[in-house]
Amino acid sequence: MSPQRFALLTVAALLAPISPAAAQDAAAGASGSTLSTGFKFSEHSGAALYANVCQACHMPDGKGATGAGTYPALAGDDDLAAAGYPIAAVVNGLRGMPPVGEMMDDDQVAAVVNYVRTHFGNNYRDAVTAADVKAVRR
Amino acid sequence: MQTDSATAVSRRDLLALIGSVAGSAAMYQAMSSLGLAADSTYKGPIALDGDVRGASVLILGAGLAGMTAALELRKAGYKVQVLEFNSRPGGRNWTLRGGDTFTELGGFTQTCEFEHGLYFNPGPWRIPYHHRALLDYCKRLNVALEPFIELNYNALLHAAGAFGGRPQRIREIKADFQGHIAELLAKATSQNKLDAAVSAQDKEILLNALKAWGALDKDYAYKANLISARFRGYAKGPGGGLDGGVGAAPIAGAPVGLSDILQSNLWRYLRSFAAHELQTTMFQPVGGMDMIGKAFAREVGDLIRYDAKVTRIAQDDSGVTVTYADANTPAAALTAKADWCICTIPLSILSEIPIDVGARMKAAIDAVPYMSAVKIGLQFKRRFWEEDEAIYGGISYTDLPIRQIAYPNSGLDGGGRGVLLGGYIFEGSNAYEFASMPPLQRVERAVALGAQIHPQYPAEFENGVAVAWQRAPFTLGCAGYWTDEARVAHYDDLCQIDGRIALAGEHASYLPAWQEGAVLSSLDAVTRLHHRVTKT
Repeated sequence: MSPQRFALLTVAALLAPISPAAAQDAAAGASGSTLSTGFKFSEHSGAALYANVCQACHMPDGKGATGAGTYPALAGDDDLAAAGYPIAAVVNGLRGMPPVGEMMDDDQVAAVVNYVRTHFGNNYRDAVTAADVKAVRR
Repeated sequence: MQTDSATAVSRRDLLALIGSVAGSAAMYQAMSSLGLAADSTYKGPIALDGDVRGASVLILGAGLAGMTAALELRKAGYKVQVLEFNSRPGGRNWTLRGGDTFTELGGFTQTCEFEHGLYFNPGPWRIPYHHRALLDYCKRLNVALEPFIELNYNALLHAAGAFGGRPQRIREIKADFQGHIAELLAKATSQNKLDAAVSAQDKEILLNALKAWGALDKDYAYKANLISARFRGYAKGPGGGLDGGVGAAPIAGAPVGLSDILQSNLWRYLRSFAAHELQTTMFQPVGGMDMIGKAFAREVGDLIRYDAKVTRIAQDDSGVTVTYADANTPAAALTAKADWCICTIPLSILSEIPIDVGARMKAAIDAVPYMSAVKIGLQFKRRFWEEDEAIYGGISYTDLPIRQIAYPNSGLDGGGRGVLLGGYIFEGSNAYEFASMPPLQRVERAVALGAQIHPQYPAEFENGVAVAWQRAPFTLGCAGYWTDEARVAHYDDLCQIDGRIALAGEHASYLPAWQEGAVLSSLDAVTRLHHRVTKT
């Protein structure tokens, strides 16, 4: 944590150029982990996005974690019933949660929201679309 | 400055006069008012004078903000107690050494296997010279400092897709980029293309300056010669005697072409040394950053209750009541009461804790997301970066996901094992991806990627630790991320005293993620609180 100017845009500028060798690395991860080649996430499926973004906090089993504070469980989470709620959280952030949707396009946000709403004991079948995501971005 | 030269006292004379009669504090005040010391807002040790009338303060968090408050408030006469979630002081001021165990959220446990005497700072690792408050506490608390080498000209710049993947020396890229730009500018100047911007009087001076600054030859060209070699280094360095018959005279190397530098993007790393907050001189505590936290704890450790998890912060007209649980007896709700509260709990956590504050402060607490950052410490059998590559301290930069490799700034040229910072990944996709991995996998990836820069890695690597700040149980993130818009909307509300509660920490400062921000915000909070206690 340092010393950088933390503005996301500044970091984006720093990371923007992509080198071919770094791109090769994106595919090279063991056990399903990916390292993207720029500021934005290169994963596209909901499962891959979850495994490389969301599970950092919400954990591989979707049950969240508790220390001095709590990362809420997504498993069996009633707040996921209305799709607008997780879309807004991903796109705009929520309290301590960063707006990770800034590093995804609308399709990626829709994919990961749909994944979370149909896994970890959740069974919400009303899939969201990129258009739904676009409407929530501010 | 417009002054009458016949009567004006020079600034230097004036300062000498003030210094001799009034001492250094007055000198500092005078320097500030003359605009010479405006690098920092720190004005020297605070003096909390006046009768505190037996008032008590409950401090939440024993990081640098909390312990600064504890030290100053006890000195001023307050009854102070501190609740801390961890079993140690310091918070993010933290160092891992051999034998230390750390369990991150999700239950992933690592035991550091570093050799005795080696360490790794997962959090803050450097202190700029203008962080005057922190440096003052280091002096007052007898924390020994040594230089942190931010810029090592012989460290590396690396782009996986440029120069066949071969790292370049910082000195070469820096000198060559500067030289090419100087040559271009000299050409434009000589061809009168800058006449609209540069006066005839300045033109000759500018040409001379470009020649000197850019290592240009007599024709204002940047070339392979001993002029440029004095900046960028030599193909064969100057030797002694006859140098074994090959001759001792130095031989210049060929500069990297301007287009190659531009295309490689290596130029973008040069600003790492130019930014004011990273300019030399920087410092680190001898033996690890946590020497600062430990030094504070020597002063105020008797006030701290460890293993205390805050679950509720209540206040009314008569005081503050904080409910907490001891990690060893988590089922029992304990309470602590005081007249006032300084809360330094990170907003990532505080936003989840029920707290009696007004809507404006609550909105501010909820408005700050916490950044992702990962640091990876790697131990190697030998200090090959020194022995093989003459890199003594400093930082190499790469466009690989590890971003940086930082070399130890102590024990230089001493041989033996060494610990590198093998990756420092903040924000952007890779920070989340590394945090999503189990710790051992983060280490493995860092070793595999770093081997592209230092091929010695696989043979020399021994063990490593990796800290993902989002999974740190005591912060749930690295530091508060303030957008400009959020600052306008919420920052002042966050910093107001709400009833009997004031917040402090790096999140309540304009120095995000810096320890100086924690200390300055704490000093400001306790000063305002003290004013309220004694003047109202």
